[in-house]
Amino acid sequence: MSDRVAVVGVGQTKYAAKRQDVSIAGLLREAAQRALDDAGMTWSDIDAVVIGKAPDMFEGVMMPELYLADALGAVGKPMMRVHTAGSVGGSTAVMASHLVASGAHKKVLAVAWEKQSESNATWALSIRLPFSPGLVTGAGGYFAPIIRAYMRRANAPDHIGIKVAVKDRLNALKNPYAHLQIPDISEEMVRESPMLWDPIRYLETCPSSDGACAIVLAEEKTAQTAPNPVAWLHGTALRSEPTIGAGRDTVNPHAGRDCVKDVYAQAGITDPRRDIDCAEIYVPFSWYEAMWLENLGFAEEGTGWKLIDEGVTALDGDLPINPSGGVLSSNPIGASGMCRFAEAALQVRGMAGEHQVDGARRALGHAYGGGSQFFAMWVVGSEKP
Amino acid sequence: MTRTYRKPVAIVSWASFETPEEPARNEVEMLLPIIEEAKQKIGIEQSDIGFTVSGSSDYLQGYPFAFVGALDAVGAWPPIMESHLEMDGAFALAEAVEVLQHEGIDTALVYAFARPSRGELDRILALQLDPYVVAPLWPDARSLAGLQAQAMRDSGRFGEVPDVPPSVVADGAVAVILATGDRARELTDRPAWIRGIDHRIETPALGTRDLTQSPSTRAAAEHIGAVGAGADVAFVHAPYPHQALVVREALQLNGTRVDAGTGPTMVGGLQRLVLAAQAIAGGEAKRAIAHATSGHCLQQNLVALLEGEAA
Amino acid sequence: MSEPVTITETPIKLNYSYTPGTAAARFLTSIEQGRIVGERCPKCHKVYVPPRGACSMCGVATMEGVELDGKGTLTTYAVTQIPSPGLDAPYVSAWIKLDGADITSMFLVKEVEPADVRLGMRVEPVWIDKADFTKNLANIAYYRPTGEPDASYDDYKDYV
Repeated sequence: MSDRVAVVGVGQTKYAAKRQDVSIAGLLREAAQRALDDAGMTWSDIDAVVIGKAPDMFEGVMMPELYLADALGAVGKPMMRVHTAGSVGGSTAVMASHLVASGAHKKVLAVAWEKQSESNATWALSIRLPFSPGLVTGAGGYFAPIIRAYMRRANAPDHIGIKVAVKDRLNALKNPYAHLQIPDISEEMVRESPMLWDPIRYLETCPSSDGACAIVLAEEKTAQTAPNPVAWLHGTALRSEPTIGAGRDTVNPHAGRDCVKDVYAQAGITDPRRDIDCAEIYVPFSWYEAMWLENLGFAEEGTGWKLIDEGVTALDGDLPINPSGGVLSSNPIGASGMCRFAEAALQVRGMAGEHQVDGARRALGHAYGGGSQFFAMWVVGSEKP
Repeated sequence: MTRTYRKPVAIVSWASFETPEEPARNEVEMLLPIIEEAKQKIGIEQSDIGFTVSGSSDYLQGYPFAFVGALDAVGAWPPIMESHLEMDGAFALAEAVEVLQHEGIDTALVYAFARPSRGELDRILALQLDPYVVAPLWPDARSLAGLQAQAMRDSGRFGEVPDVPPSVVADGAVAVILATGDRARELTDRPAWIRGIDHRIETPALGTRDLTQSPSTRAAAEHIGAVGAGADVAFVHAPYPHQALVVREALQLNGTRVDAGTGPTMVGGLQRLVLAAQAIAGGEAKRAIAHATSGHCLQQNLVALLEGEAA
Repeated sequence: MSEPVTITETPIKLNYSYTPGTAAARFLTSIEQGRIVGERCPKCHKVYVPPRGACSMCGVATMEGVELDGKGTLTTYAVTQIPSPGLDAPYVSAWIKLDGADITSMFLVKEVEPADVRLGMRVEPVWIDKADFTKNLANIAYYRPTGEPDASYDDYKDYV
């Protein structure tokens, strides 16, 4: 039997295009210190540190846990670095939770980040190998065809991506950490923005951000005496499938469906639409909200876009999606998955400030990566499972 | 008081491959027969595996997200519970031990792979250093190892300190299968039980460390009760021969036989764990220590204590 | 007093000898002769092109070469507006299911206006000058419409 695990502290940095006021170490400490403060802990209270980020080649630091051991108070402790492409922020949180659930450690610090201003993300995402021409320029080059296939499969109207882009940036105005703050965001503004990878427009695309997110996970006894409300883990799951394989469905990936089934089963969720109060899901290109709503069981296949069209996923809707503004508003790639997990926790702790969903008691955190092949998810709740 | 695992974990199967240079096969092709061999030895398929985790480095492969392709060697369909560390496979195995404590997950596949021959290993490893003030000086791995050897000579504590040879460049892959409790006994007559496994890290600031000591190795070993445990043999991961002397001192091995080796980067540590399991399963040892290291001058160290059924 | 340093550029240059693997090498040898040869998985019998060494779904090495005529169906695509070295924007990159293969491969599509590209379009390869062939998938310069009637949605909808 696994022990109960709780999120007792969350810390985020202000996400921005360039955080030139801090080094990589400084960026992480900012988030980690906030998480420790939230948890009422100091660095010495932590038993183990788990970090996660996008490929080393982004910032040019190989195996950054080595460089960061001092900065993250990890000297003399176990320290691990998870690397699962875009889902890494989520899988880092899941792996950290296993260290507590197994009984190995009582208090674990999980930190995920990206300092994109110190990297060339477009270069790093445009793989150019010998012997074949590289045709994908930036992540959107890979995902745009998948989005087009979804639009055809679901016979979805053109404006859905635009609606999501507006919704998330409006939510971001209520999140002081969010990178993009566009007070006059409108459907027209999004529609008029340049097309980058048809059908994805500039304003339907995530920004490139510097940022870090930290979570302190603790065992039950510690959680019971935490200074602030905690978020209990009701379930965690990871699933992976191959990049290229005969029988894959990149539009509605099998791994995503299996992952969420697993996490719902652990959390005793039988009707996601009713049982989940809000969800923070990894939407780097606005159309992905429609696709993930289906993949995550919130809507029947082919109908995810309708929830968006009907306003169901708006902050004041029945199932708010990405009340924080999501990846569309802040995207430090390595951290983004953990930001989703952290924001889901903040919601059920009642600590999401202006973008709090009233009465949120159970929330889903979701992250994905690679060629829509790596999935990490958790369900958190305000009550003990 | 050392930890008692809720679900004891054993190494039940493995396969290992190493060559000075693998020029033709890519990482997937190198891994396919190794993963297949590890599974076939105990007659299981991917669908029998509860958790899969690997260790490798994109920087050794030469492009971002390179690790993703290796999953092709596993047969991840239907989708699997899987993770990856950008670290030596030994650390991935330590993670698997924790995941296996979870109810319902009873077998794990751990693999590691690398082809450092494809790149400039010594220079690549310079990027493990502080990116602002140390890495831009491009201190190569061998030279940094030399700093430790010199410190050891200066201390006078080690007698003859071996010269620092050129960094070992080797390509290879290792796959290990873990199982818990009765499941382990079903899969093999000779499980190598992991009585304890732990790792600790030290500061990256080489100038502030006493390079003649390995407190992280000592701490990990003490945490799992490996010090004074009367191991028959210790498999020590030493990218350079002089490092084995530091590790040996930290483990307080006294009479225990030491088998030190290097192996391919990202794989060598997991290889040490395999050798320890092999010694146990083969009856040469009742109790064995395995050690793995990461970073320059033994910055991060993992220690495992393995025992046979009868121990 | 000069401005504090907030960022410094530290160039990283590393050399790698890239080897694509034995399956890819077989494929590249064929493409140098102007032939497109996929490989079949011995377990599930699906054909991969270009072959990557393993059938990723079965975790088994592919071996048996399967020659394809190169024609295919465009299952989805994107129009990229961002230029990249060697690629003038806008360019159409499409997922094409070659006849006889069980996965899609990505190619440029030309000789059609981006706005006129359709899902289900039948397409064929346009090769560079044979005298310039090397061991490179770029021997196929791009794909273009064949003019045949579009494939029906059911035929290609699962290949994404």
